[in-house]
Amino acid sequence: MTGQDFNFYPGTRIIGKWHRKQYELIRKIGSGAQGTVYLAVSDGKKMAIKLARDRASLIAEVNVLKQFEQLQSNPLGPSLYDNDDWLYGGETIGFCAMEYLKGTPASEALRKRSFDWTIVFLVQLLNQLKKLHESGYIFADLKPENLIIIDPGHQIRCVDFGGATKIGRSVREYTEFYDRGYWGMGTRKAEPSYDLFACAMILIDAATGGRFERSGYPQDQLLRKVKEASRLVPYQSIIFKALSGRYASAEEMRQALVSQAMERQQPSTQMRRRGVSATAKSKTNDGWVSAWLAASIMLTIYIVCVLVYTM
Amino acid sequence: MKKGTLRQILLITDGCSNQGEDPAAMAALAREQGITVNVIGVLDHFDAEDSRGLQEVESIAQAGGGISQIVQTRQLAQTVQMVTKQAMTQTIKGVINQELQGILGETGTVEDLPPEKRGKVMEIVDELGETVDLDVCILVDTSASMKTKLPTVREALMDMTLSLSARMGRNNYCLYLFPGKRKAVTRVVSWSPNLDSIERAFEKIGTHGVTPTGPAIKEATKSFGQIARRKMLFQDDEAYDDGPRF
Ligand SMILES: Nc1ncnc2c1ncn2[C@@H]1O[C@H](COP(=O)(O)OP(=O)(O)OP(=O)(O)O)[C@@H](O)[C@H]1O
Repeated sequence: MTGQDFNFYPGTRIIGKWHRKQYELIRKIGSGAQGTVYLAVSDGKKMAIKLARDRASLIAEVNVLKQFEQLQSNPLGPSLYDNDDWLYGGETIGFCAMEYLKGTPASEALRKRSFDWTIVFLVQLLNQLKKLHESGYIFADLKPENLIIIDPGHQIRCVDFGGATKIGRSVREYTEFYDRGYWGMGTRKAEPSYDLFACAMILIDAATGGRFERSGYPQDQLLRKVKEASRLVPYQSIIFKALSGRYASAEEMRQALVSQAMERQQPSTQMRRRGVSATAKSKTNDGWVSAWLAASIMLTIYIVCVLVYTM
Repeated sequence: MKKGTLRQILLITDGCSNQGEDPAAMAALAREQGITVNVIGVLDHFDAEDSRGLQEVESIAQAGGGISQIVQTRQLAQTVQMVTKQAMTQTIKGVINQELQGILGETGTVEDLPPEKRGKVMEIVDELGETVDLDVCILVDTSASMKTKLPTVREALMDMTLSLSARMGRNNYCLYLFPGKRKAVTRVVSWSPNLDSIERAFEKIGTHGVTPTGPAIKEATKSFGQIARRKMLFQDDEAYDDGPRF
């Protein structure tokens, strides 16, 4: 545990101590508490290399990724190519090479895109979590920074499985805002509902424009935050259910989200076309009521236009 | 490896001891008795004054075979549970390394294994960390300069029990504050499987000018003797397994 960030120049060559594979670093992608991720090239193929600060956490991540390799279904995480040590100036740095997921970190994408997209990403995420849970793990350290929106296709993918934990064990890595223990709303035992709590917090984070610290009465505080956010109104009951751990599975929550999102669509086809700008408006307006107001004003204008046109 | 009990002292302090035995020596003594000493230094700003505190924090942990971490008050919660868990992993790894040396010769450690094998070993370490029983004697410095930090310390300790209680193994805690009213240390919670009773433990603390860290560590080390005796005493009492100790 050295603590400081790695800083290697582009062009730095890495040779694995055990498997003797060669890599050339292209640029730094990002860094976190556990290590630094570089874009690298090996045999003409681009990949992501994670240099670990703490080898224990890397080993845990590699173990999990290996498990996924054995699953037949869609990839849950990036594919794992190699796992080795690099002897660098008398130090041994553990690293792993994995599939490079090209895209935008969700932390950025969620801010840039409309709230409708947040719902879409969450539905996708729940689908991934469902598979993960079925394979016996929870993700645990679920937060936008650990999610990537793949460039073409708008698909969400998880990165950083360092926190993934076998169901039934205790959670090792977490981020306070997304941790139900922090909010006094449950244990740190690895069970599917732990991830679902974090999903609800991702929604709250996206709708209220940022994380906030816990106050003296954390549960009331969360309740209030959810009630105050106009964009969360249609999803209130789903959020409360996830926060209180009452969803038995990711699939159950996913279905609830999907049907609620569909429900929200305006009934007639004309309205749906206008609906886009109506929801866009509601972001700047404070209340759900004003969103409806905007929508009905637009409907009125539309009808007037039609009348004028036909006359 | 037989599933045993890990014993830790968790010292939370902000600085310099000024009374009694040398704290690092006391920590080394604890280590000799199979107890790991971890230290969390709550230092909010680093100046010349703090640098001695910093050194002391590091040297106690080093002597006690444990982990030290310097934090600001607001990061305390996450750090306390992390340090405790990391120290468990370290101890377990230490034991496994010893076993490995028997097999691989003098220089063999987990770190020298190829990645695949290391992965397997780490899984075992993980598994053990989940299932071993853990005794933690918490030692909180309540000298004048710590006063404003105590509510956060209390929260951090509650948070730690939350993390540890999610494990499958059993946990036991006791809590000592120093300096005590008339003695160097006061025991406010004796060995028990949870820390629910600390809500009010920090309220009636007077301020003293002294910081007897060494004597406090010594006292904490002795507390494990009490628990060991108790275990022997109740050894064939079935009910002992689930209920509180007292
Ligand atoms: N396979 C990958 N492809 C593309 N980008 C990646 C990949 N893996 C990680 N990244 C990027 O690198 C950044 C840091 O990686 P990661 O979160 O895994 O590091 P970490 O040190 O484990 O972080 P944490 O503090 O969250 O544990 C991430 O935010 C992510 O955007």
